Amino acid sequence: MRTLRFLLQKEFRQIFRDPSIIRIIFMMPSIQLLILPWAADYEVKNIQLSVVDHDHSQYSRNLVNKVTSSGYFRLQDYSGSYTNALQQVEHDQSDLVLEIPVDFEKKLIKENESTLFMAINAINGVKANLGGAYLRSIIQDYNREVRLKWIQLPRYSPELQVNVTSSNWFNPSMNYKYFMVPGILVVLVTMVGSFLASLNIVREKEIGTIEQINVTPVKKYHFILGKLIPFWILGLLILTIGLTIARVAYGIMPLGSLLVIYTFAAVYLLAVLGLGLLLSTYTSNQQQAMLLSFFLMMVFILLSGLYTSIDSMPAWARATTKINPVTYFIDVMRMVVLKGSGLKDISTHIYTVLGFAVVLNTWAVINYKKRS
Amino acid sequence: MITDNTAIYAESLTKRFGDFTAVDAISFDVKKGEIFGFLGANGAGKTTAMRMLCGLSIPTSGKASVAGFDVYKQTEQIKRNIGYMSQKFSLYEDLTVRENIRFYAGIYGKSDAFIKEKTAFLLRELHLEAEENKLVRSLPLGWKQKLAFSVAIFHEPEIVFLDEPTGGVDPVTRREFWNMIYKAAESGITIFVTTHYMDEAEYCNRVSIMVDGRIDALDTPGQLKKTFNVSSMDEVFLKLARQAKRSGD
Repeated sequence: MRTLRFLLQKEFRQIFRDPSIIRIIFMMPSIQLLILPWAADYEVKNIQLSVVDHDHSQYSRNLVNKVTSSGYFRLQDYSGSYTNALQQVEHDQSDLVLEIPVDFEKKLIKENESTLFMAINAINGVKANLGGAYLRSIIQDYNREVRLKWIQLPRYSPELQVNVTSSNWFNPSMNYKYFMVPGILVVLVTMVGSFLASLNIVREKEIGTIEQINVTPVKKYHFILGKLIPFWILGLLILTIGLTIARVAYGIMPLGSLLVIYTFAAVYLLAVLGLGLLLSTYTSNQQQAMLLSFFLMMVFILLSGLYTSIDSMPAWARATTKINPVTYFIDVMRMVVLKGSGLKDISTHIYTVLGFAVVLNTWAVINYKKRS
Repeated sequence: MITDNTAIYAESLTKRFGDFTAVDAISFDVKKGEIFGFLGANGAGKTTAMRMLCGLSIPTSGKASVAGFDVYKQTEQIKRNIGYMSQKFSLYEDLTVRENIRFYAGIYGKSDAFIKEKTAFLLRELHLEAEENKLVRSLPLGWKQKLAFSVAIFHEPEIVFLDEPTGGVDPVTRREFWNMIYKAAESGITIFVTTHYMDEAEYCNRVSIMVDGRIDALDTPGQLKKTFNVSSMDEVFLKLARQAKRSGD
């Protein structure tokens, strides 16, 4: 116990003397949480639209007006030549081309039917998909309006109509910040827990002090605990700072109890610290540790369900999310923050992550050698 | 032969890394209170041999004991009874002089009273009283090395291993450093030291010279010069080291 006390004292002194760690602890959460949620958002706006109007009629102008007044599109170009519009797409000036054929109005009135052509720049898949969908729905809307104007409303509608109304549960206004902020917070806690800890241990390897510790009677578990406890505390500190920012800046108040979040985070940190320790046993300098961390973090985040829905992933990717600790924390955060889930609801999550903690730490301890 | 007076004993101690034999069946013994110089060119296998004796590396074969404890089974007891100062500077640069002393003394299980008393004594001895609360990073290299040595023997070990302790240090500081070594030896600590400075080899009671993983010569500096019929340790070393087939690192 006495040995551990000396180790912890040393560790805390070093941590709080290191300006870069202080910056990471206080600046990183502030910047990430204050800036990212405003920018990282799934809605697509400012879609550049080129309109090729061969018709120049009242109807075609009405359509263009309707599209541009929706707020999602910005009229980049309004010309009479498709080649011209395509050139805009090629130069990446334009995301969508809407071509209105000659006699659009005439056909619409005489034949009750007309066609429109839409060309989509699919380099940015998300923008193309959503942009196309928005435009389609606007055109449909336009179509309905036109019909309404022409058809004398009968007493009963000759056409069957299904109207859908929906309400969004748990996040009624579909506020993306409610969705993103807890997720970003999870990423922060993960980074501190695993990567700061692994860098710290590898740094001792690099400067040679670990060798000095290895010739002392300090036990392996003393050294490891001396490293894990400070970062466990730092992780919870970051979580606290993050939750405070979420509340002050976004008014996000977890519906569930904070105790549930902290209980899960305490267990979760054991798992990611185990991962950090494991990384440090496989790397011999800070560059290696950094690159490996970077790679793992990318995989963890992209396959965690933070940015994309897990349900839409292919089966193999869905399987990997099962062994990704980040997935569980994001899930728990969203459950507790948005739905107010309690300890009982997240018990499976806790046990799974506890399992990760046991496996990762055991692996790391076995792999950490005092002798070669 | 292990007697009561033996501090370190090695017999056919060998370390192989794959096909490469870093240390090739070395045998020697170091008496208590002796200053034993462990010489050899870069890459001759000194550091590897030393790491085995300190319990940092498991020997491939052979026998060895340090302070009466076996290097295979009793490494924890060995660690309690030795001090070690590695080639790389190994104090924490972001801790102060006092914090470093306190930390290393603490993890050897020394009592607070012992630490307090001895720290005061040590700071006076090293003339570091004014610097005790400065970060070690800010000290000049010579001072750091002297401090590192003091920290390595702070817990009063039986044997201290010094791996090129005076590398990069100016001649005056080196002389002071050796005075500290003598003082430690007088107090009964066995000194096991590697060096590349041949004048320092002259200060040792006995020297061994490693070439390509083997010990090619082991005697007092005076006797070695006689055997090789030369006037300085420098020439002894050159004669032996030139036979090396392995290139240094």
